[in-house]
Amino acid sequence: MSTARYSSPATLPAVWLVAEREIRMRLRSKAFLVSTGILMLIVLGSVVAGGIFGANQELPKVAAVGSAVSAVEETKAFTVTEADSVEDAEALVRDGSVDAAVVPSEGATKLTVIGLDEAPSTVVSLLSVAPQVEILEPSDQNSGIVYLVAIAFGVIFFSSALTFGQLIAQSVVEEKQTRIVEILMATVPVRVLLAGKVVGNSLLAFGQILAIAVLAGVGLLATGQDILLAEVGPSIGWFLVFFVIGFVMLAAMFAAAGSLVSRQEDMATAITPITFLIMIPYFLVIFFYDNPLVLGIMSYVPFSAPIGMPLRVFLGIAEWWEPLLSLVILVVSTLAIIAIGSRIYANGLLRMGAPVKLKDALKA
Amino acid sequence: MLELHSINRSFGERRVLRDVSFTVSGGRMTGFVGGNGAGKTTTMRVILGVLGADSGTVSLDGSPLTAEQRTRFGYMPEERGLYPKMKVAEQIVYLGRLHGMSPAQAKSSTESLLERLGLGERVDDTVESLSLGNQQRAQIAAALVHDPEVLVLDEPFSGLDPIAVEVVLNVLKDFAATGAPVLFSSHQLDIVERLCDDLVVIADGEIRASGSREGLRAEHTLPRYELQLGGDAGWLRDEPGVTVLDFDGGYSVFDVDSDATAQRVLQRAIASGTVERFAPQLPSLSQIFREVIQ
Repeated sequence: MSTARYSSPATLPAVWLVAEREIRMRLRSKAFLVSTGILMLIVLGSVVAGGIFGANQELPKVAAVGSAVSAVEETKAFTVTEADSVEDAEALVRDGSVDAAVVPSEGATKLTVIGLDEAPSTVVSLLSVAPQVEILEPSDQNSGIVYLVAIAFGVIFFSSALTFGQLIAQSVVEEKQTRIVEILMATVPVRVLLAGKVVGNSLLAFGQILAIAVLAGVGLLATGQDILLAEVGPSIGWFLVFFVIGFVMLAAMFAAAGSLVSRQEDMATAITPITFLIMIPYFLVIFFYDNPLVLGIMSYVPFSAPIGMPLRVFLGIAEWWEPLLSLVILVVSTLAIIAIGSRIYANGLLRMGAPVKLKDALKA
Repeated sequence: MLELHSINRSFGERRVLRDVSFTVSGGRMTGFVGGNGAGKTTTMRVILGVLGADSGTVSLDGSPLTAEQRTRFGYMPEERGLYPKMKVAEQIVYLGRLHGMSPAQAKSSTESLLERLGLGERVDDTVESLSLGNQQRAQIAAALVHDPEVLVLDEPFSGLDPIAVEVVLNVLKDFAATGAPVLFSSHQLDIVERLCDDLVVIADGEIRASGSREGLRAEHTLPRYELQLGGDAGWLRDEPGVTVLDFDGGYSVFDVDSDATAQRVLQRAIASGTVERFAPQLPSLSQIFREVIQ
């Protein structure tokens, strides 16, 4: 056989061929396009909604009588309706056209606040004299924004890792179920198949997140919420770096899990443990976003580092070297998981029928 | 020439292949027959490197196979499989490109193959929309797209109607004529009988017979003859050296102790009247098969 036959492509072009097919087929899937569209609409919707609610914050309405009028107006915190008498003011409170009435009285503040069925606390606190407050270590971030950012990091990582992880496992099972895997294995090395799958789906995930980020950014600017964008900016950089590596690690795990089963019906069971590894950090960040110890631990554990470390950077409670150290830990564990994962993948691929036990796939 | 030398393979306690050795010569179609679970698929997987052997070697033209060479093999696995949602041509082109073809090469090879296999009209249909027989043709195109150095086909004819069998058969014959070794397994012994040049019979993981079809046939031919006379053949019973097996008026089947006896019978038959038929009885492939796997 000396005729010029084709020689197999080098590793990288082969990986790209596999990745490109993954992307092409995914983009052709209506389910994927529709769910991406819905996700984008939700993001756009929440940005726009945030803009509308932010702009329409109304001042509390009060009715004031006599000397109380000037006292109330001084605070500039109310929409004031002048009433001729206490009775008139009370009537306004009763019919609901004002939140409370403020009338002159003999007390220390010289004012009485009249509410309908409970003490109108907003009005009371606005009229109260607060003691002087001195903060020794002022936080640069207000806690509402911190919570939002924490949730945003969590949700993005959680949802994309889960969605694309599932897609990867699904496409591995599809190849096993349709048995094309045997032809593929006879054509290219197994690690090329695995790498192609991970690369293709990761690119799709990054593309989707980029699109969301751009959409959210444009939305925030367009609705005049650009202050938020400036505050979140630097930690987003770290988030992206951690996300990319953490995602590749999870993708390899999903591919390995998928290779253990031969039917889509068995897939859910195989990927459940990985799903937990993704969900736990998500819930931790929701419950403990203001607990430095939990966040500190989270920022070093590979599975939660993509959420934990960027959040600590955002809060300004991470030393400059901490993200780097955590990144090294993440990279090393990712490499280890890819090595173990490709072993499971290679051993699991040809075993049809009942789900393969993890220890068998590792041993064979 | 593809050579297997003393291949052994076990799954757990079960020995599936025992010292399997045979050769597949270039330019010849080699039929690989054996019952269910005899080890055909495992042997083919070992050749392709999809499964490892516990011991033994597979060599091509005298030197052990490398992974690089294996990628130039064409393979049709027993378990059929193509991506159901991909278009037929797109899929074959993809596999061609994984084998290292340029987009243009893969495209032209795919087009001509699908045309020859009678799928020219269906190139843009998804695989899942094809009938099983047509999926099978697409599968054969997938094995051939990269003009492989060696072709290994597991049950290429199962599920094909007689016309499709002819189409596929011609494509395979044309391919073997280019000088590549072709190994194919089949349960359909009549097809193997017509198609193969060489034959390998496996049973219980052991090679029971291998060689050219004619050679095997000669080897298993008994000194048995068939005679049809115009008149009665009763005299045969008294002929020395003749054992009559079947007798019905002018028709008889008999074994002889030597070629000379056979000639003597023929001369006597001619002398005694009309001879409508006198022929050595050749065993069919299924007879040989039954005999060697026992």
